[in-house]
Amino acid sequence: MVTPFRETLKTKDFIVTAEAAPGKGSNVAKTIEHIELLKDKVDGLNVTDNQSSVMRYPSVGVCLLIKEHGGEPVLQVTCRDRNRLAIQADLLFAYSRGVSNVLCLTGDSVDVGDHKEAKQVFDLDSVQLIHLVHTLNSGKDMAGNELDGSIDFCIGTSASPSSDPLEPQLIKVEKKLRAGVSFIQTQAVYELDELKRFAEFVRNIDQDVKVLAGIVPVIGVKMAAYMNENVPGVFIPQDLIDELAEAPKGTGVSKGIEIAARMIRQIRDARVCDGVHIMFIGREDRVPEILAAAGLV
Amino acid sequence: MIIAERKPMAEISRAVAPYKKVLVAGCGTCVAVCWAGGEKEVGILASQLRLARSAEGNEIVTLEATVERQCEKEMVMELRDKVSEVEAVLSLACGAGVQTMADVFEDKPVFPAVNTTFIGMPESEGVWVEMCGACGDCYLDRTGGICPVVRCAKGLLNGPCGGTRKGGKCEIDAGKDCAWVLIYRRLEKQGRLDLMRQYNAPKNFRAVKRPGRVQAVKA
Amino acid sequence: MNGAIVAFCCQHSAYPAADLAGKLGLHYPEALRIIRIPCAGRVDVIHILRAFEKGASAVLVLGCEDGACHHITGNTRAKERVKHCEMLLKEIGIDGRPAVMFSLSPNAPHKFVRVANEIEMVTRELREAR
Repeated sequence: MVTPFRETLKTKDFIVTAEAAPGKGSNVAKTIEHIELLKDKVDGLNVTDNQSSVMRYPSVGVCLLIKEHGGEPVLQVTCRDRNRLAIQADLLFAYSRGVSNVLCLTGDSVDVGDHKEAKQVFDLDSVQLIHLVHTLNSGKDMAGNELDGSIDFCIGTSASPSSDPLEPQLIKVEKKLRAGVSFIQTQAVYELDELKRFAEFVRNIDQDVKVLAGIVPVIGVKMAAYMNENVPGVFIPQDLIDELAEAPKGTGVSKGIEIAARMIRQIRDARVCDGVHIMFIGREDRVPEILAAAGLV
Repeated sequence: MIIAERKPMAEISRAVAPYKKVLVAGCGTCVAVCWAGGEKEVGILASQLRLARSAEGNEIVTLEATVERQCEKEMVMELRDKVSEVEAVLSLACGAGVQTMADVFEDKPVFPAVNTTFIGMPESEGVWVEMCGACGDCYLDRTGGICPVVRCAKGLLNGPCGGTRKGGKCEIDAGKDCAWVLIYRRLEKQGRLDLMRQYNAPKNFRAVKRPGRVQAVKA
Repeated sequence: MNGAIVAFCCQHSAYPAADLAGKLGLHYPEALRIIRIPCAGRVDVIHILRAFEKGASAVLVLGCEDGACHHITGNTRAKERVKHCEMLLKEIGIDGRPAVMFSLSPNAPHKFVRVANEIEMVTRELREAR
């Protein structure tokens, strides 16, 4: 029996989530492999929604696969591709099929994806989306109509503790907290002080919210440089880059895993926040190594 | 004002390819100011067309005319005589002007020679930036006078998104400012950050039911 | 105007230089048509295009040297306009007809003649290449 994520959040000491990314196409064999590999090792398995604006098999589809295979899915919903009608309808469907955790996101711009001429919807933003889920949870739709068959989602959202400037981001995080979320999964963090300050900021507003630190293993100096240059809200400090540079050739991935595991241990030992959210895109099969090295299995 | 940019030459040439006599019609208001379709630009485009077609051995005769505002039926009607002499009209006006020409001279093919892009202002000489999205439900009171609908690339009302680049630049274009960082700085300067802390409910995207129509009353 | 090389000559520099070249009996192309203008900055893009429409094989805009413009920025503007003209011609697939800007001082008849002859050679080569 899978423990509902909502309960895990309340009862477990250190929460671990990971990602199972959908593929491009109707072939779900690989996705199922990843689900089987991870479902029993994590408390929740996120499924991305046309991540990076690249068209993929839908998030709700993989969530259903996770349910079928005995895991606990977290449905990621962005505001880029669907208007308020479609989002509400999709949430009703997902809930009716046993998906009860949702991560509310704004969504990347289509410019970073593979359908660059598409119309971006953004009928809603992430804060409005959180409010929307609460409305549905209360038995009504956005237009005030009573629902025949309500829903009850556990709501989460994302945040970027490394944003520069940080204050505008924090104002938005505060809005999200006031709207009411149960958990926050952050973007990749590499500096514990930054994470600590962020976790404190959240606790001061709402001490029941669980903060899960985003862990993205960096497997080489080039990747670090690329991320610092191109990935917004992420900052890899120099000492980490130096450590990567010193790693012998061909050991990049292992080094990245080692550093990630070390960070997870530090977060856990110092109780900096309530858990971690591991994102290892394209290398889902190596996530168990991170968990093992971090002492989480 | 309305900003437009001249269409790629290949598109314009293709549009007038079947014709031997066209009117190149400019507008003296918005498109003249943004150097896209005023009298000067009409002269240049007409000359380019003549040169190009002459080189192909398929001469084109061009009439040139610029009215004060091509979006006014009365002003467009001044071109009646010239239009009657040509097979087609190449309009350098914004979309409103092109359509006014097309409506007034219904029997003549009218082609746009510019792409109308946005409502904007000059940031510096020759550099135009988008300011207003004509959404019909103005939020400028809540954001310190900075439009979140068009100056935020995603049109967020509770921004910023997590994509803000270092230093407050936009996820989509490092050369552009994140509108919500601008809003933050503006409201902070005025000691009104409480406005940014307020939740903005989902937008009414049907404030203007397109195609828009307004009946104004003269005071 | 067919095959002519139109030379817009600023009255403070190129025109006196051309005049001096004539007085010294220096040889410059038959096809050269000298048009005296108050400043190179007076030449607009449309003038260059119209010169080509009338059959010119090349257009020269000759003005004062950097910092010497009697109207301060006329020569700078002329340079930008000639460059813009290059783009306008390229757009319509006409790159066999050069539009070029040169700077010279009023007592440089030899430079004037050299420039004119060079352009004539270029247009001849382009014609033969076709």
